[in-house]
Amino acid sequence: MRTVTFPVGGLYPVRHKHAAHRSAIRNAILPAVSIVPLRQSHGPDAELCVAPGDKVGEGTRIGRAIGDLCAHVHSPIPGLVREIRPVTLPDGVISTAAVIDLAGSFDRLGKVLARHEWKTLRPGTLLRLIEDAGVVGMSGVSQPTHTAIDARAAASCRWLIVNGAESEPYVCADHRLMVEHPAEIFEGLQIVERLLAPDRVTVGIGADKRDAMRRMRAHDADGRRRDYVRLSVKYPQGDERQLIRAVTGLEVPSDGHAIDVGCVTVSAATLYAIWEAVVTRKPLYERVVTVAGNGVARPGNIKVRIGTPIGGLLAECGGVTDPVARIVIGGPLRGYATTDLTTPVLKYTTAVLVLTATEVNAAPTAGCIRCGRCAEACPMGLDPARLYKLVAHGRSGDAVDHGLYDCTECGGCGYVCPSRIPLVDGLRDGKANR
Amino acid sequence: MSTNPPQFHDRATTGRMMWAVALSLLPAAGWGVYRYGTPALSVIVVAVGAAVISEGVIGLIRRRPTLRDGSAVLAGLLIGMAMPPWVGLHVPVTAAIFAMLVVKWSFGGLGGNWMNAAAGGLVFAFYSWNRQMTGTGVDGESSATVLTTVRGALETASGPVGGPVGLLRAVGYPVSSVDVSVTDWMNARVLTVVGANLPGGYVDLFLGYVDGAIGDGSVALILIGTIALVATRVIRWEIPAAYFASYAIVTRIFGGLVFDDGYMAGDVLFHTLSGGVVFAMFYLAPDLSSAPTNRSAMLVYGAGVGVLTFLFRFYGAYPGSGAFAVLVMNTLVPLLNRGFRPRRFGTRRRRDPGGGVRAIAGAGRKP
Ligand code: SF4
Ligand code: SF4
Repeated sequence: MRTVTFPVGGLYPVRHKHAAHRSAIRNAILPAVSIVPLRQSHGPDAELCVAPGDKVGEGTRIGRAIGDLCAHVHSPIPGLVREIRPVTLPDGVISTAAVIDLAGSFDRLGKVLARHEWKTLRPGTLLRLIEDAGVVGMSGVSQPTHTAIDARAAASCRWLIVNGAESEPYVCADHRLMVEHPAEIFEGLQIVERLLAPDRVTVGIGADKRDAMRRMRAHDADGRRRDYVRLSVKYPQGDERQLIRAVTGLEVPSDGHAIDVGCVTVSAATLYAIWEAVVTRKPLYERVVTVAGNGVARPGNIKVRIGTPIGGLLAECGGVTDPVARIVIGGPLRGYATTDLTTPVLKYTTAVLVLTATEVNAAPTAGCIRCGRCAEACPMGLDPARLYKLVAHGRSGDAVDHGLYDCTECGGCGYVCPSRIPLVDGLRDGKANR
Repeated sequence: MSTNPPQFHDRATTGRMMWAVALSLLPAAGWGVYRYGTPALSVIVVAVGAAVISEGVIGLIRRRPTLRDGSAVLAGLLIGMAMPPWVGLHVPVTAAIFAMLVVKWSFGGLGGNWMNAAAGGLVFAFYSWNRQMTGTGVDGESSATVLTTVRGALETASGPVGGPVGLLRAVGYPVSSVDVSVTDWMNARVLTVVGANLPGGYVDLFLGYVDGAIGDGSVALILIGTIALVATRVIRWEIPAAYFASYAIVTRIFGGLVFDDGYMAGDVLFHTLSGGVVFAMFYLAPDLSSAPTNRSAMLVYGAGVGVLTFLFRFYGAYPGSGAFAVLVMNTLVPLLNRGFRPRRFGTRRRRDPGGGVRAIAGAGRKP
């Protein structure tokens, strides 16, 4: 089997050893209180459709999507809406959230859910099921899935790529899902194939996930031709542009989208959510989150309800042990640090990491020594040091000419910089203050 | 605290990298001190001391101490090691102060200097105290570097002389007993297999049994240090590799001319092992701040330093060709960085049949 990767930039971040990818997914205890933000994608808040005092069931819709960038939001637990209040999401954005107290009985918990036949359904119906369940990209890019695989995408899609790269260190939720639920993921893939009718299908799985590759291939028995490729462990192999470049050799144009080169990518976890939405008709209100880092007693992958405060999740993993340097929501390269243990798990929260000082390797910021490491690491062929200096000197316009908007904020430059210059912060400021 | 990504970092920090480079120099420096004794030690100590004090004073003035980043110690060490043990101590002191104050801090300190500080200090010394730096004519009893010996012998020789090593033998330059036994062993056991024969003298050059600068004599020890640096990616391999390749090629082609041996007769081994070329290759050229920042530019830069080293060494009036070549190429770095900037992702272009240029659209849309 081929191992493929992208040719320019990238890095091999330290892979701190932890056993989370070897232990089976555990179910979290249900949270007594759930804080459910209405912003569960990189779009606007969904429109609130409950009020304080309302009784909600497991999976009751509490937020209605407005526009294409937004997905429906459902109550993860049965109970009473205690209050509606603003919360700060890990990336600093403020969202309205419904605070729900656990009460009443469960419809789905602990029951074997009935299978619904989907092969006879029309594409429009399938898409509506996915939309109704509020499925978004589960592995970082939180685009609402029904807009990513709709009829417009189908018109241009020639090559469908399953993203099983999961190239951020520590994070292994998708890995476990592929090992434990390959049949479901596979059926999710069949659903997407049905919607998009691609000419080719390639399943790319990280080269460090041999067991996942084996399990996924074992379920590929419907006779359709699919290619399987190993993806290099180089970061950011899981990013859409790098993934497409590695698998197809095509480069998504700087000012274009994946669909401009005829490609659509879907992550393994998203396929699982699609399967749940279509086959079990279950809205997206829980997900698998990796809890890892040297500061956590029992690292693992936890199936947890959206809206669970991360404090509860950590307590479930034996709590925090060593002196902690940083609590990170998401992967260590793209994620955000937080000190607020009430921060809720979102649909696109892949991991909660508790990092100690030896893992973070913080150091005081020093002057740029022009070593070129950041440029070497940049997968987009940019010169981050130069862009940073342009932005710092108020010349964001020039920075744009040098590719500021090509930056995918992968964090690679900030990881390698020996002077610990906050390159990603700077580039982000440049984009914001243009 | 910034909550923005990334949330963890590579272990390398600027300080750690500088200290690692300094550390990797110690075996070679130790060899120099072992071979030349106290004079060598004083040159090194004085060079490091002068560099550290200059940096410290600047730190006091700027109220921002920078000594801990190790760059001052490193620059001092490089300067001291590139000098012969018999120089007067005012030479390393002035060179180190010049390197720190003029070359480094007048451009804003570490990272601001577009010129390699150590190389700048060295070239300054070579110009100011040429005879002391080459070792001829100082108080009658000092020895001369290998290169100076070759140059001297070349002036009186006529006709083909058997290359630099032949010349050295002709003027009676000594060969150590280590060289004799290692060369004999190699010729008897290893090289017979491929039908080659190694003349005496090269092993001395490789191990450092020759007179020259304190720290650049033992190529073997320098290589040990640099292998560690390249393996841990503190220095990038591109620059030394391109340097060696271009230097070896031009030396092979043209290096025989000055010895009346004609084209394609240059003694690559001798000219690489002697005169601090390996030192310049691994310690002066790949300096983080003054070298280019992307791979293609690094390769061109390394190749340029190699060719210039050859020119200055064979046809220049001054020794220290490596340091001088690095300085000249430093002035071209901004140009190289701009000229060889990598292509941005997603900007691959293709000529249209119509003559225009547009972004390639890959698999395209369904018909
Ligand atoms: S964050 Fe942006 S500039 Fe930095 S390496 Fe990633 S793409 Fe390049
Ligand atoms: S990695 Fe840091 S120190 Fe090196 S060139 Fe980039 S910004 Fe400057």
